Amino acid sequence: MTTSIASPRRSISRGISSAVLLAIAACFLLPLAWLLLASLDTKATASLNLPAEFSLANFSAVLTPEQTLWPLWNSFLLSAGCAVITVLAAVLAAYPLSRYQARYNKPFLYGVLFGTGLPITAMMVPVYSMFVRLGQLDSVATVALFMAATSLPMAIWMTKNFMDSVPVSLEEAAWIDGASAMRALRTVVVPLMRPGLAVVFIFVFIQAWGNFFIPFILLLSNHKQPAAVTVFNFFGQYGSIAYGQLAAFSLLYSIPVIVLYILVTKGIGGSFATAGAIKG
Amino acid sequence: MTATPTRTGGAGRPPQAARRPAAAGRTPTARRSLRRAVPLVPAVVLLALFMLGPVIWSVYGSFTNASLSGTAASSPRFVGLDNYSALITDPDFPNALWLTVVFLLLSAVIGQNFLGLGLALLTAAAPKAVRSIVATTVVTAWVLPEIVAAFACYAFFSSDGTLNRMLAAVNAEPVDWLFTYPMAAVILANTWRGTAFSMMIYEAALNDVAPEITEAAVIDGAGGWKRLTYVTVPMIRNSISTNLMLITLQTLSVFTLIFVMTSGGPNQRSTTLPIFAYAEAFGLGKIGYGTAIATVMLLIGAVFSILYIRVLKPGDNS
Repeated sequence: MTTSIASPRRSISRGISSAVLLAIAACFLLPLAWLLLASLDTKATASLNLPAEFSLANFSAVLTPEQTLWPLWNSFLLSAGCAVITVLAAVLAAYPLSRYQARYNKPFLYGVLFGTGLPITAMMVPVYSMFVRLGQLDSVATVALFMAATSLPMAIWMTKNFMDSVPVSLEEAAWIDGASAMRALRTVVVPLMRPGLAVVFIFVFIQAWGNFFIPFILLLSNHKQPAAVTVFNFFGQYGSIAYGQLAAFSLLYSIPVIVLYILVTKGIGGSFATAGAIKG
Repeated sequence: MTATPTRTGGAGRPPQAARRPAAAGRTPTARRSLRRAVPLVPAVVLLALFMLGPVIWSVYGSFTNASLSGTAASSPRFVGLDNYSALITDPDFPNALWLTVVFLLLSAVIGQNFLGLGLALLTAAAPKAVRSIVATTVVTAWVLPEIVAAFACYAFFSSDGTLNRMLAAVNAEPVDWLFTYPMAAVILANTWRGTAFSMMIYEAALNDVAPEITEAAVIDGAGGWKRLTYVTVPMIRNSISTNLMLITLQTLSVFTLIFVMTSGGPNQRSTTLPIFAYAEAFGLGKIGYGTAIATVMLLIGAVFSILYIRVLKPGDNS
């Protein structure tokens, strides 16, 4: 919506709208700026302050194996495991949904969409008692499977949309050469939709990485907890909160998802990554 | 999305296969569609086990007196509708339901939705530098892991936090936001965190509005507000309803933000349904009762989900 008609009134209103936008951006920035400045301030408080001296002491204080490195590794295992399972299941499921017109397509897609809407937090109490009954409490693998299932509806939906835009004519050549559907999927379709699959993978990974509630409820041992839970325990451990270290740990834990997000929007996706999922 | 050619029937299948005699009482077509459905199996198993399973378990568990510890933990008893009748008489339940509605309306429908639409409209005409400053700050709040966003908001609203310091700078009385106005604090926090999503949906929608249409409205003499209400909003109607459904569902399951900032307190004054279910199940050990609350939440989610599907109508354009 670029304007082609320029007038003095127009430029005044543009100035006002820019001022409003910058004011809103400043409000959004305040809590973020606190996070950054507090992490560099050894005497950080809850309030936004310019540090008397900038120091990396908070980072070196939290950068110990048990404080940060193990939890981050646990986060990685859980998120990568979840994302790999999700993408594999989603690609397989998307293929028949995208390529054949079968009677089950519509009900299945409706079911998948319905699943994207279910509030997962609402499910955590029954999931907990289900895990107790199945003896799967504190099992990282089962938690990864559960997280994969919760992200699967959205992933199938996105993958099907990406797959729909791969022309079927390319596979027909493979079929004529006698390739099976699975072989055509592996050798023709998947290589062509690699950027789309990367978007789905990163999307699921970011969600799993940021998830606090699921591991908080389903994992018990401290040494299995991802960073989301240890950062919470760290916060609750002390009477007076070590704000500087909390901010430093929070930043270390946030950087991977910020990098991945930039990768998706600037490198692979181009535009809003989930737009494909929402526009249908 | 553009419609793509879909392979119908057996276009790529050798013709003689159709003449093969039916085996084991199945027609070749049925066998073929069964074989084609095989790749769906991993997804179906995962969804049945971990999505459908908990839903069924939730309904079943809500009829038991399961608890976190004690005899009822290992061998829960069937108690019929006891949990639901307890829920109806529990004064904390309407409180949590009401706070959830307030939270949904103010932080999602009004906060995220209107702020997101406003930002998308304003940035569309703004200079590129302003646009990228707004996009970066608003989207960063959204990309951060939920627990980190919750800490940042906790610090911002805490009694010695940034907000009170700013109030002190203009000689205003400091307020213990998390204690005195816990709902206002979590509503603002959720607006802060979630607005980016609405903004991006609306940016994408506005990009799809053909510039000729707004130009035609300008030529016809429509002012800014008229153009917005009579041209732009009707054009992005579908995006608005999709966005409203999605942010409502997301906000319905917000737990971490409130849990970290206020833990539902003080005195249950910010206890929305997810916090209520958690507190009853894990705080007080009443798993059966917490499961009944969870079932109610799932029902609310299901209603919104069905509304959302009706809006989106999958399969109509694929």
